[in-house]
Amino acid sequence: MAQSFNLCFPDMRKDYRLEKRKYVIGGFILVIAVIYVVRLFGLQITEDKYKTYADNNAFLKKTVYPSRGLIYDRNDSLVVYNQPAYDVMMIPRDVHDFDTIGFCNTLQITPELLRERLRQMRQSPSYSSYTPQTLLSHLSAQDYGRLQEKLYRYPGFFIQKRVLRQYNIHSSGNLMGNIREVSQRDIDNDPYYEPGDYCGDLGIEKSYDTFLRGEKGKEILIRDVRGRIRGRYEDGAHDIAPVSGRDLKLSIDIGLQQYAESLMVNKVGAVVAIEPSTGEILCLVSSPTYDPCTLIGRERGKNYAALVDDHVKPLFDRALQGAYPPGSTFKPTQGLILLQEGIITLNTAYPCSRGYVNAGLRVGCHGHASPLTLKPALETSCNAFFCWGLKAMIDRSGKYGSTDNAFEVWKKHLVSMGYGYKLGVDLPHEGRGFIPNAKFYNKVYGEGHWSANSIISVAIGQGEILATPLQIANLCATIANRGWYITPHVVKEISDTVIDIQYRTRKRPTIDAKWYDHVAQGMRMAVTGGTCKKANLGNIDIEVAGKTGTAQNPHGRDHSAFIGFAPYKEPKIAVCVYVENGGFGATYGVPIGSLVIEKYLTGHIDPSRKGMEQSMLTSNTMATSGVKKH
Amino acid sequence: MASALSPSYRNSNSTGQGVFRYLDWVTALIYLALVIFGVISIYAASYDFDNASIFSFSEFSGKQITWICCAFFIGLVILLSDSRIYETYAYPIYFAILLLLLVTIFVAPDTKGSRSWLVFGPVSLQPAEFAKFATALALAKLFSTYNFSLNASMNNYVKALLIIFVPVLLIMAQKETGSALVYLSLFFVLYREGMSGLILGAALFAVVIFVVAIKYASEPLLGMPAGEFACLILIMILLVSMLAAYVKDAFITRNVLLWFVGTALVEWILSLFDWHLMGYAFFGTVLGVAFAYCLFELLRQRTSKLLITLVAFVVSIGFMMSVGLVFNKMMQPHQQKRIKVVLGIVDDPRGDSFNVNQSKIAIGSGGATGKGFLKGTQTKLKYVPEQHTDFIFCTIGEEEGFVGTSAVILLFLALILRVISLAERQPTAFGRVYAYCVASYLIFHFCINIGMVIGICPVIGIPLPFFSYGGSSLWGFTILLFILLRIDAARASRVTH
Repeated sequence: MAQSFNLCFPDMRKDYRLEKRKYVIGGFILVIAVIYVVRLFGLQITEDKYKTYADNNAFLKKTVYPSRGLIYDRNDSLVVYNQPAYDVMMIPRDVHDFDTIGFCNTLQITPELLRERLRQMRQSPSYSSYTPQTLLSHLSAQDYGRLQEKLYRYPGFFIQKRVLRQYNIHSSGNLMGNIREVSQRDIDNDPYYEPGDYCGDLGIEKSYDTFLRGEKGKEILIRDVRGRIRGRYEDGAHDIAPVSGRDLKLSIDIGLQQYAESLMVNKVGAVVAIEPSTGEILCLVSSPTYDPCTLIGRERGKNYAALVDDHVKPLFDRALQGAYPPGSTFKPTQGLILLQEGIITLNTAYPCSRGYVNAGLRVGCHGHASPLTLKPALETSCNAFFCWGLKAMIDRSGKYGSTDNAFEVWKKHLVSMGYGYKLGVDLPHEGRGFIPNAKFYNKVYGEGHWSANSIISVAIGQGEILATPLQIANLCATIANRGWYITPHVVKEISDTVIDIQYRTRKRPTIDAKWYDHVAQGMRMAVTGGTCKKANLGNIDIEVAGKTGTAQNPHGRDHSAFIGFAPYKEPKIAVCVYVENGGFGATYGVPIGSLVIEKYLTGHIDPSRKGMEQSMLTSNTMATSGVKKH
Repeated sequence: MASALSPSYRNSNSTGQGVFRYLDWVTALIYLALVIFGVISIYAASYDFDNASIFSFSEFSGKQITWICCAFFIGLVILLSDSRIYETYAYPIYFAILLLLLVTIFVAPDTKGSRSWLVFGPVSLQPAEFAKFATALALAKLFSTYNFSLNASMNNYVKALLIIFVPVLLIMAQKETGSALVYLSLFFVLYREGMSGLILGAALFAVVIFVVAIKYASEPLLGMPAGEFACLILIMILLVSMLAAYVKDAFITRNVLLWFVGTALVEWILSLFDWHLMGYAFFGTVLGVAFAYCLFELLRQRTSKLLITLVAFVVSIGFMMSVGLVFNKMMQPHQQKRIKVVLGIVDDPRGDSFNVNQSKIAIGSGGATGKGFLKGTQTKLKYVPEQHTDFIFCTIGEEEGFVGTSAVILLFLALILRVISLAERQPTAFGRVYAYCVASYLIFHFCINIGMVIGICPVIGIPLPFFSYGGSSLWGFTILLFILLRIDAARASRVTH
């Protein structure tokens, strides 16, 4: 019975001192639970970084590239367009042993090349075995097709579609520019770019990159831990569609551009033609040129390096960056300044005794009537007239107070005509030329130790004066307009927007408009009876005005230059030709310039001038001149 | 005694007929809530964007529903069984399971390095999960021996520890260290049944010393590692608090405290004059003098409490000295790394800490109310490893947010506290000890599993009871809990009569 009593009430043995220990155990689990809840509160409510981590984990924000804007010329012919290309990408972590030989055969590459590419890829600073790496770029459509069929055999590999540029022309590389993969600097400077993006490099592609590139889209995909895509996030509700780049319509007449290039073959120099009334550049030739198609795709790096090493420096855009002595093409500016400042009148005549002779200094000239006034001086390109004019201005300290002041006034007028500073053309890397100021000469000669005679060669566009062919062409356009210009530009229209206001606004130099017509008359006389008779298109009823230039070149043969515009009364084209080491202005400058004018205005070359055209197409100055010296 | 408890004593009250009347419905409802919450989470965790069907048996959730039905059936069978068979057959069950564990080592196929799964055609069972209730029964049986008191003799400790450690060794032999560690939680039971709190306290203190010494091992302070410096300060605090609270000798406490504070002040003042003492020399002197003084007092008083205090003091210092050695020389590199990752000494986002980082990201991204059912991206996209088993808590965190995770923690807290209260109302030592075993297992699984998922504990692969996918775990815990409910129902019916 005692046994069963114990059985029924065994809690008699229960130790109430020990029972308190339930509070220790219960308290322990309570404390742990509180700690966990606090920790979870921290993880889930206080911290918000985990949300970002989770999104980065699970969402693959895939960029959808917009198609780059197309480029048309002024006559709506397509110049630059897009072509799909395919990159072979791999995520190294997901790639397992694969049939290397089969892979190489499919892509028609050698195993050595594959090995080499894999090695290069691993050495790249941005290499990561977790992210897509570019194995081969720019597959052809055929290779792409073949690989696509067999891609299932190669886990970890995929194909990324890219857009490559294609060009309908095989020249004007500097003008058109090209696209390249962005550098770290591009990424740092512009938040738009991400590694692997393409951006415009050189030329129009660079200066209009922000219009051409459009806006990238985003596709949000769901990705698992292995990087496999599991579908679109909420069926693409949060995707952003890409916005295509804007199309450009160039002011360039691509036919004229190519014609001018053909005339410049085997010559070093530039041809710039501007429509005076709009400031639109009709052609912008830098010779020698190169084929923009060579800078597409896989061969870009190699070809670009070859261009950099080329001793004729095709990447140097002579039309924009070349700083040349303008030579006699500078004389119209001198006439304008002298008239504006009242140093001369239309009837002021200076003597020319086969040159300017003063205080033991002699600047040679060639035989013509003497003394002579401004218009005949322009017609005959008389050096003495402009030297006397400069002397009269600079050394007449009474009017300006000092030589320095007089020279500064002279300089100010030139700057207003577009010299000495960048004009602001819509292309990258424009040069500014050089117009010295009084300070410059004070440094060279010492303050008060220089006079007109010290610097007399600037009067005829020599000495320190340097100008780009674009600046020279702009002067010509200003004269054609009789006193104003619009900043030259190569893009005429941008789809769905307007071009910059500065390319729509007339700029007036500090010279009264009334003086321009006189200078234009002088230039008309140069064509009808002076130095540039070869530019006379009288037989086809086109009145041309022009001015030659023969710029002395201490390094070799003179440079041949020409400016001209036509028709004389309602100018449609103003052109500047500059041929390095081309000799007299009349030798290359005038024929090329007149051919460009004729081609633009009539669309063809008159049979009477076919011979001249032929000689320009076949002549070669590069072979005979030390181009390296430039 | 055995004959007194044989089934022949059965009366109508101890059979299953009145069981539903006396069933502890609170526990049963919490169990039901956890299981349902669990299967929903498994469905969410294994939900595939492409093709999903809840009743597909190839899906985890589909299979889990089968396991749950089986578990309910097992629970029902247990409730309808005679409550006394568990006490009667405790040892036979225990030995049968031990045998099964032993056999498993040799017949189980190697799965991920462990040999713990018995494969029966399409069904795999993990005997270690069933060893839990068997060990609990055996331990309860031991304590229900007439006039059994843990502290009565050393032999009783040996018996209890044998019951606990034989399955631990067998499970470790199966290379299932995580499951084996679960049995260490039974020290809670021993504590409740009279084991000195000092042992639990010592274990806790050892963990603290270990963590502090390892975590700050490389930062120097006063010419010694900052970890050791901090540990020595902790040991000084331990000595003073044991003298105050355990020995309860105000005189010795005061002297030791004054000595510690005084020397620390001197050191501080000297440091103001830029005259630094070398750490080891300083602590050597301070602790040496304190030890000598306590030894002197011990020789005068000869109290066992002072002796124990002094032993604890010396052992602590020895333990601290050997931590570095144990950690660097005796642990495997991967174990060292896991511990370092948890302590935040090293970070390895793609390696060892990847799992924990990903699970923290999943939980953290859930926010207050979660992303919504089946809308979790981290778990769906398999960023979180073992997301339907050991890391199931992540799915809850991501999809149900703080609301969901707190709810799970509260459910477990309620269950554990309820089991403890059931334990304390048991009239028999058998019932009480068994219930405490259940509570201990739950505490361990809850603490370690959720702790590891939220990055507080090292990654020890044990499931979250009732939630994690898997039949063995679910059945194991169901058996564990329903035997308790059956025993408890029998108590109630007996009390009312």
